[in-house]
Amino acid sequence: MEEVLEKYRATKLEEVKVWFKAASVHDFPADGGACVKYKDKQIAVFNFARINKWYACQNVCPHKMEMVLSRGMIGDEKGTPKVACPLHKKTFSLESGENLNGDLEAIATYPVKIEGENVYIGFLD
Amino acid sequence: MKKIIVVGNGMVGYKFCEKFVAQETAKNFQIIVFGEEPRPAYDRVHLSEFFDNQDAKALEMAPAEWYSENGIELITGERVSDINRSGKKITTAKDREFSYDYLIMATGSSPFVPPIKGVEKEGVFVYRTIEDLEGMLAYAAKLKEEKPNARAAVLGGGLLGLEAGKAVLDMGLEPHIVEFASKLMPRQLDSRSSQVLKLKLESIGLNIHLSKATNQILGDGKITGMEFGEDDVLDVDMLIVSAGIRPRDELAKACGLEVGVRGGIVVDNTMKTSDENIYAIGEIALYNQMIYGLVAPGYDMADIAVRQILGETEAIMPESIDMSTKLKLIGVDVASFGEPFMPASKGHSIIFENKTEYLYKRINVSLDGKKLLGGILVGDATDYSMLHQIYLNGMAIPENAAQLILPASEGGAAFGDVMDLPDEAQICSCESVTKGQICGVIESGEAKDLGDVVNCTKAGTGCGGCKPMVADLTNAKLKSLGIEVKDTICEHFDYNRQDLYQIIQVKGYTKFNEVLDNHGNGGHGCELCKPVVASLMASIHADTANKEYAIQDSNDRFLANIQRNGTYSVVPRVPGGEITPDKLIALGEIAKKYDLYTKITGGVRIDLFGATLRQLPLIWKELISHGFESGHAYGKSLRTVKTCVGSTWCRYGMDESVSFGIELENRYRGIRAPHKIKGGVSGCIRECAEARGKDFGLIAVEGGWNLYLGGNGGANPRHAELFAEQIDNETVIKYLDRYLMLYMRTAKPLQRTAAWQERLEGGLDYLKEVIIDDKLGIAEDLEKEMQTLVNKFECEWTQAVNNPEMMKRFSHFVNSEEEDDNLVFVPMREQKMPEPWSN
Repeated sequence: MEEVLEKYRATKLEEVKVWFKAASVHDFPADGGACVKYKDKQIAVFNFARINKWYACQNVCPHKMEMVLSRGMIGDEKGTPKVACPLHKKTFSLESGENLNGDLEAIATYPVKIEGENVYIGFLD
Repeated sequence: MKKIIVVGNGMVGYKFCEKFVAQETAKNFQIIVFGEEPRPAYDRVHLSEFFDNQDAKALEMAPAEWYSENGIELITGERVSDINRSGKKITTAKDREFSYDYLIMATGSSPFVPPIKGVEKEGVFVYRTIEDLEGMLAYAAKLKEEKPNARAAVLGGGLLGLEAGKAVLDMGLEPHIVEFASKLMPRQLDSRSSQVLKLKLESIGLNIHLSKATNQILGDGKITGMEFGEDDVLDVDMLIVSAGIRPRDELAKACGLEVGVRGGIVVDNTMKTSDENIYAIGEIALYNQMIYGLVAPGYDMADIAVRQILGETEAIMPESIDMSTKLKLIGVDVASFGEPFMPASKGHSIIFENKTEYLYKRINVSLDGKKLLGGILVGDATDYSMLHQIYLNGMAIPENAAQLILPASEGGAAFGDVMDLPDEAQICSCESVTKGQICGVIESGEAKDLGDVVNCTKAGTGCGGCKPMVADLTNAKLKSLGIEVKDTICEHFDYNRQDLYQIIQVKGYTKFNEVLDNHGNGGHGCELCKPVVASLMASIHADTANKEYAIQDSNDRFLANIQRNGTYSVVPRVPGGEITPDKLIALGEIAKKYDLYTKITGGVRIDLFGATLRQLPLIWKELISHGFESGHAYGKSLRTVKTCVGSTWCRYGMDESVSFGIELENRYRGIRAPHKIKGGVSGCIRECAEARGKDFGLIAVEGGWNLYLGGNGGANPRHAELFAEQIDNETVIKYLDRYLMLYMRTAKPLQRTAAWQERLEGGLDYLKEVIIDDKLGIAEDLEKEMQTLVNKFECEWTQAVNNPEMMKRFSHFVNSEEEDDNLVFVPMREQKMPEPWSN
């Protein structure tokens, strides 16, 4: 199952080679998330409408390897934006990918940009 | 070599031998044991087990070989008929003579048969020996052939009589217990506990007749009945007399040993009789003018006699003998210790009685409230060992002694206080975290709140069942260190749930951001405060979970229960568990069409597993077209009202439990609360709906319903408490409206009614004052609020499937019609399940 994780590499803004046009901003709930398919990857995209920011990360939770993070609740922990997995409420920073309430492996996060009404996710390839 | 003769091979006579040969100096003695019965000593205490297996060997204290292996000569089937004290010789019934240096009288007792006219008739038995039992079995077998529903009575409702009652049950005869006194077990129990025991025994089929003096045994040669008064006759085909015991002291009397007025050989505290070479032990010994009919003091006596003979002259019986007993009578725990009955001048009694569960607990406490003097337990004797220890050791008891016997309850309260637990007590069994570890990380400063404790120790990260206790412990520990424990819901609000309830109600907020912007700490919310606010909005405005779906808990967001592979389960409402065949077929066909794993739930409904997000609305559309609606199995809301079939069909039913269950389920469906709510309605006291294990439970009784509140299953099972008795349907609804609304207003997030009720200051009495007597003057408001919620109910799945905008959320990808390619199902018992997790 761990090979699932190998598909996902944390990507920094400056490393982005491909900006993938995922969907319209209206496809994502305010202060919530949804899942985007890109090649063989599943990416969770979150719309932090309160602060007008967007985040993206792998959809797979490293705890039990299920494709569920996009369905988690979002918010912040002492200012750090986070998502809580809907299965066991493991929380992850959407900036660093770090597991905030445990010592699970960090999740891969991806840059997001909004152009017009469209949401783009940045990938290495 | 000196000779010891033991007269009597019962339990105590055997114990003397066992203790004697265990001594180093025993080899200087020769022991001869005489037993009148044909077999070596057996366990008379468990005599009734003979009826289960008819295996006399299983009851043996030790096999016959044991005696010879230990150099003891055992002579069974030969009664000692005479003692020549001056010549230190005995003579047996077979006219053989044996000399002794020490003689041990362990002749025990024989059943007392009162001189009732006709007691010699065929079919009248005593209950003492295996031969007696064999006689009974043969007679009962013959009886049943002639008369399939034959009856047998036991004369005597004491300890042994009830044992004999079990024997009658086991023999398959209709059992009757006839007792002269006005209560059962008059020596061990007070009137109330005896009444509880009587109810329990009646519930398992024993017929109990108290205050009955038997004048005559009726029948021509064979017993056919017992006559109490002129017109008071009980027809029985067999009688077992168990009316007490009499010491077997005829031999002692004949040889001039000192005996008591009512029998028994007088002994001193060394177990010596009036003849210094003769000892008496067990039920034959009269010590302190008392015969001790229990095995434990008999064994102690045997021990004293052994040590005295071997020269340990300081070994003596204590002045007072502990008569505490704990036994299982026909499957019912009965225990008494210390002074079970106590004059009011010596102390106070604390009594807990619950007849619906056949429970009775009484403890007697000294006038200063510091010592435990004795007590009685019926129905549940699990506390006996602890109470007996406290009594024996004169240990200090809690200021509120009632804690010693009050029923255990949720969270830490079962232990009185979670802080009273020993450090090694395991709090989280998944992660093996002890109380000491949790307190340790708080003491070291490593953990400053519950979140830290969980992070540091991993407590509560497994199944999560221990979370309430971890929270209690953390709070108690922080408090003990003088650290203020904030009762706030999370870092985003300085308020608890009750505060927020009032804020939202008064200000009329309808959106999460309004609450956060006006009353938050400047953050952006989280998975803790969002669902709390969502639930409050629902409780206050009757909003469904569709209103602001992004703040809903994950399950509410998709109106389904997420399963471990990220698929969902579907549970339509089946009110009261009543379902037509057509609807059942529809469920089956839908499950088949979407290939859903199908299972009946513990809450009388049908659960369909394995639906993907995209399938959910399709499935629900079909369900709705067949007349189903959401079952809210995913919500912190009313789940089910479980019912038994009730008086519409059941021959025992007292009321229509199904009809009322359906009415209640439809009334409270969809209402969001701090945690899930379950109900139960039983049509009679047999309680087939397990209503007392629910948040609210109803049991039909003569004259109305008994209402029970605050029960739950789960990690800390708890029975609901009796709140009101014999009330009509309308009153039930009135009280329930008030109760549930009060709970919704004031409980903490994710606090079940049981925990809420328990932590409510003033407890159940306070709750009664508020709900029944309307002490706070809010009853009308509570009812109105509830009625508004009831009136505004809407099925949220019907809402969702009819609204294209709402439907958008039910797809795995926003940019593709595909399903999650990570899903793997494997076959299991003709259905399917998600592939097991690899870690």
